[in-house]
Amino acid sequence: MKILVAVKRVVDYNVKVRVNLEGTAVETNNVKMSMNPFDEIAVEEGVRLKESGKCDELVAVSIGTSSSQETIRTALAMGADRGILVETDDPIEPLGVAKLLKVICSREKPDIVIVGKQAIDDDANQTGQMLAALLDWPQGTFASRINIENTKAQVTREVDVGLETIEINLPAVISTDLRLNEPRYASLPNIMKAKKKPIDIIPITELNIDIAPRVKVIKVSEPPKREAGVIVENVKELLEKLRNEAKVIS
Amino acid sequence: MNVLVIAEHENGEIKDLSLSAVSAGTELGKVNVLIAGHNCRPAAEKASKLRGVSQVLLADAPVYENWLAENLALLISSIAKNYTHLIMTATTVGKNIMPRVAAKLDVAQISDITQIQDNETFVRPIYAGNAMATVQSLDQIKVLTVRATAFEPISGHDDTSGIQLVSPTENVGVSAFIDQEVTKSERPELTSARIVISGGRGMQSGENFAMLEEIADKLGGAVGASRAAVDSGFVPNEYQVGQTGKVVAPDLYIAVGISGAIQHLAGMKDSKVIVAINKDEEAPIFQVADYGLVADLFEAVPSLSAELEN
Ligand SMILES: Cc1cc2nc3c(=O)[nH]c(=O)nc-3n(C[C@H](O)[C@H](O)[C@H](O)COP(=O)(O)OP(=O)(O)OC[C@H]3O[C@@H](n4cnc5c(N)ncnc54)[C@H](O)[C@@H]3O)c2cc1C
Ligand SMILES: Nc1ncnc2c1ncn2[C@@H]1O[C@H](COP(=O)(O)O)[C@@H](O)[C@H]1O
Repeated sequence: MKILVAVKRVVDYNVKVRVNLEGTAVETNNVKMSMNPFDEIAVEEGVRLKESGKCDELVAVSIGTSSSQETIRTALAMGADRGILVETDDPIEPLGVAKLLKVICSREKPDIVIVGKQAIDDDANQTGQMLAALLDWPQGTFASRINIENTKAQVTREVDVGLETIEINLPAVISTDLRLNEPRYASLPNIMKAKKKPIDIIPITELNIDIAPRVKVIKVSEPPKREAGVIVENVKELLEKLRNEAKVIS
Repeated sequence: MNVLVIAEHENGEIKDLSLSAVSAGTELGKVNVLIAGHNCRPAAEKASKLRGVSQVLLADAPVYENWLAENLALLISSIAKNYTHLIMTATTVGKNIMPRVAAKLDVAQISDITQIQDNETFVRPIYAGNAMATVQSLDQIKVLTVRATAFEPISGHDDTSGIQLVSPTENVGVSAFIDQEVTKSERPELTSARIVISGGRGMQSGENFAMLEEIADKLGGAVGASRAAVDSGFVPNEYQVGQTGKVVAPDLYIAVGISGAIQHLAGMKDSKVIVAINKDEEAPIFQVADYGLVADLFEAVPSLSAELEN
């Protein structure tokens, strides 16, 4: 079985981002970048499926600037076998990413594509579902457990009411939620080994796909600021304030 | 504008969260509501009376019973051509289905909008709500999910609109529902409760959440949690509030033993009044709290509960 994982390079989740002076985007110069946390979970799941003997080859794909090679290297150090970078300097919307991933799928013929449920920069939560639609494959989104048996996968999903288990035919697209696994840190020897693993770099123009933006960003602004309130001395004072000042309890 | 809102329903009632999507739809134009499911005519009848709704479409068939994305997306995309806007609330159901619909139509989806500026311009949070993006759709059909806390649920009634039957699409047959684990609770739903009390890693165990449940019951509220509390197994996943969990905006949000990471704030900072109970006076949660109490929660919470008795 062959598995493809999609890994996106994003502003690290610990960075407190700032809107740029022009109000057109978030400042990304000189900020720490990392693999999208949900994609680390996707890679980890792929590596575990390899370790359990269910997966023969794990391929990490990223769409982005040449720096996204670092993100692919991280996936390789965690245990992926090789990487593919679709190189572009422009940000690509989820629909465009899904179309590009579809082309990669037609070349690579994976049995499963694992993506993160959400990129923590655009907070879109779309790419996996879109890819599944374009491929006409079933989807198992927000996975907190994956069980693969022959030509089917049972996916337990984190949903608003609790957990839901579905069964989907393979090939399929699966998106990861937080509780699927705890991603490993790559060991130094594995980081060294990853340097020798191949990354295939494809210029985006070579794929000839319509990735024209469908959404125009008019402006990006700071959210309304919330002011800190007061520190109360004790529970009695807190309740007094909630009752008589804020009037939110009786 | 011709707007189609796909409403979630349960036991013959339209879900409150979907009433917010109807309300967003009425800002754009004439709203049709799609009720898909099995034996769901009662929900369609409820929908037909909602204010601002001019037509209800009813797709009643076993294939729609469990909200499988493959079947729902096929249905929705097959009727999409008549509409300028397709809207669902950004619940796990909406998030699962709508991107699939958009891709089938070869249009973008715009996630989690908090404001409608005009027919094609919307505001949405990005980077865990650290920035707000105003975006303009260039597509013919706009596929949107809306943040429920940003749109008051539609209220009031109109003359009953017609219910039109939609013939069911084929069963795509590549996915099947197996089962669901749902925690039963008498408390109000987290996303629509007027009062929410949430616990974090500081709670130390699942048993200790009983202290929060006691207060929730006294106040008629719901219980939520931080990711750390869910990851530690104190409470189930559906309690998680935040960037990647549920977004809540109650009248009163009480954060207990929660540090206030940006990902948590993303899910609760629009609450009307925020209370933080934390023993670390430097905890970032105090920067957004209207009332902060620097205290050991194992003393403060029982005493809060006792005081509420009086
Ligand atoms: C991709 C991604 C997505 C995420 N999504 C979410 C999300 O949706 N929601 C979310 O909440 N987090 C999310 N997080 C996690 C987030 O970054 C924080 O790690 C998490 O919110 C911390 O939870 P916490 O505040 O309970 O724990 P901690 O940060 O460990 O804070 C515990 C707090 O409890 C206090 N405390 C301890 N003991 C006591 C006591 N006896 N009395 C009083 N106070 C006490 C401490 O002072 C501390 O401030 C996400 C992270 C990532 C990477
Ligand atoms: N540029 C990209 N390169 C690789 N994977 C991506 C890219 N954009 C999105 N993805 C994948 O799609 C998931 C969901 O992203 P999104 O739909 O943007 O929230 C991410 O977690 C990635 O797995």
